[in-house]
Amino acid sequence: MHLSRREFLSVMVAASAAGMLPHRGAQAANALYDLPPFGNVRILHFTDCHAQLLPVYFREPDTNLGLGAALGRPPHLVGQAFLDHFSLAAGSPEAHALTYLNFPSLAETYGKVGGFAHLSTLIARLRDAAGVEQTLLLDGGDTWQGSGTALWSRGTDMVEACNRLGVDVMTGHWEFTYGEEALRANLAQSNAEFVAQNIYLTEEAIFDELPAFDEDTGHAFRPYTLREVGGVQVAVIGQAFPYTPVANPKRFVPNWSYGIQEAPLQALVEEIRSRHNPGLVLLLSHNGMDVDLKLASRVSGLDAIFGGHTHDGVPAAIEVQNPGGMTLVTNAGSNGKFLGVMDFQVKQGRLAGFRYRLLPVFSSMLPPDPEMQAWIERMREPHLETLSQPLAVAGQTLYRRGNFNGTFDQVICEALLEHYDAEIALSPGFRWGTTVLPGETLTMEHVLDQTAITYPETYMNEMSGEQIKLILEDVADNLFNLDPYQQQGGDMVRVAGIEYSLDPTAPVGDRIRDLRTRDGAALDPKRRYKVTGWGVVGTVAPGPPVWDIVREWLLSKKEVNLPVLNKPNLLNIQDNPGLGI
Amino acid sequence: MDRRTFLTAGLGLGTLFVAGSVHAAWPKDAFEAQESGALIDMLAGSKPAPSDAITITAPDIAENGAVVPIAVSTTLEDVTRISIVVEQNPLPLTSTYDLTPDSVPYVSTRVKMQKTSNVVALVEAGGKSYSGVREVKVTIGGCGG
Repeated sequence: MHLSRREFLSVMVAASAAGMLPHRGAQAANALYDLPPFGNVRILHFTDCHAQLLPVYFREPDTNLGLGAALGRPPHLVGQAFLDHFSLAAGSPEAHALTYLNFPSLAETYGKVGGFAHLSTLIARLRDAAGVEQTLLLDGGDTWQGSGTALWSRGTDMVEACNRLGVDVMTGHWEFTYGEEALRANLAQSNAEFVAQNIYLTEEAIFDELPAFDEDTGHAFRPYTLREVGGVQVAVIGQAFPYTPVANPKRFVPNWSYGIQEAPLQALVEEIRSRHNPGLVLLLSHNGMDVDLKLASRVSGLDAIFGGHTHDGVPAAIEVQNPGGMTLVTNAGSNGKFLGVMDFQVKQGRLAGFRYRLLPVFSSMLPPDPEMQAWIERMREPHLETLSQPLAVAGQTLYRRGNFNGTFDQVICEALLEHYDAEIALSPGFRWGTTVLPGETLTMEHVLDQTAITYPETYMNEMSGEQIKLILEDVADNLFNLDPYQQQGGDMVRVAGIEYSLDPTAPVGDRIRDLRTRDGAALDPKRRYKVTGWGVVGTVAPGPPVWDIVREWLLSKKEVNLPVLNKPNLLNIQDNPGLGI
Repeated sequence: MDRRTFLTAGLGLGTLFVAGSVHAAWPKDAFEAQESGALIDMLAGSKPAPSDAITITAPDIAENGAVVPIAVSTTLEDVTRISIVVEQNPLPLTSTYDLTPDSVPYVSTRVKMQKTSNVVALVEAGGKSYSGVREVKVTIGGCGG
């Protein structure tokens, strides 16, 4: 048997987890996961796991720029600035989990993160420690999408996984991309309550008497739920991703209208407080952290917002002042890598204190829950041959997350360029997608981790230089608009075949400068270029799914070593603590 | 007859009844004006006073630029007219509503927007003009996290 260095290490980790080697993790695990008891309500929160049932590597961003009010404040800190802000020691388990620093080397030291069998063990441990009746498990959404098995089963594998995990309440975003019928069928199988105060039937859907949670208010789903936790009434309001029909194809959700819905939310909070007098009113949100921070400053009466969408692993709850008092805002990262643990002290029906921890889920420190593990293996068995197909060896770390091109995006773009013999490639700025370490064998599963969506079709069109600039400007504004309510929470569109400069601080229409093709020529606004891409929102693109094109390209390469990474030349952001490399 | 068929029939009837009376007062110049600043001055008679008493309900980002839902309400008294102007549209005036003294000052409509723009609500109340403004973003979409 031939083993690369990487594969040898994986075998060693597996051996260690199976008890074949002296287990050195127990002490470290206790230091991380034994929390001093506090309070009478424990909220456990995970979000944006993107259907990663097995442990993964996930490199945090080296670029996460904050501008205006967001400059230099969480979540817009990376690398050393992040460690300094939260007083974390370089090289510590937390530092590795929360930053990209020294990534491949520390990933070898600490091993993979997440995995539902390991998450299950951690959740059970934290529930037992606090008392099961004193805990509530929240799932912030983006749970049913992000893997091959989730796509092929239309999310049903994740519904089953979450039932086994014991999720109590959830909200959604990518869940909607399976369409209404699949979504409703999945919810019928789910033990969790699905809440969303900000989804209404369109006027046409009301006319046509389509199914609604409440015909009078127009709510498509239950807006909130009440749970008794540790003797305290806890209201959990749902906030689904407000720009689902903008950022993803509207055709999947033609009957629903979304939006942030500040005024109805304020009215709902007041109604819940006056009608039920709960001890806690919480918002389970898929807004993205910047939107949540703004919302918390303008809506009164929420004790805490448990947020997701922007995949920010933030190890503290941010206290935000508003006209009614203070609201806590958290964001719990992505890919099953973290579990947020909020311990509330509720006295005389009011919030009296809190402790928040964002626990990294280190797979090597948490023994897998045998039942969950066995179920995952059973579920994957029929797909193993497809998933484990070896395609190439990673010559470098392959990742996506960050404001601009990640190396895996570059792979996708180069594959598209070559397949279509195009001049320019565009790829969506998603924030999900796992990481592959140098020396690892890339499999079809890795490719699907980056591409498994319900609109994977590719295209090759002619576009003028002017149109290309317009697209870049539009996406840049969705990332860098100073008003968080006008951001969509994705990163910048990934590119290959063009180079450009970008001034994030400039107004829309003036951010993208000095566009050049790969040969160095200035992009001609009038000339038409051959442009390829995937993940089209407005129509169904005619070409084959992107994963087939990436697979063919990887098979032809044997080893991936990218000569270029098409990040823009950044202007006017010197000393921004959201810029690492 | 289901609800949709009934309502469609009803709407057809309604259109017949009002057609004659509306055309008489059609403010042609205002609806054909192409520059929003001059248009607002024309409608208001002078510069309208910015007012916090006007609420514009609209999406921060439009789900579909071809049909953007806009609602205007106000706590001002004696409201006689509400107009909705999309500054960046080729023809900025989308609609005006003449209100009788007993009506609740609330109007709701849908407008077509080609690109990101301020939406201005002009309210005539007690013989004076007031304005409220709110930006609505129109994007090509996609690329969401």
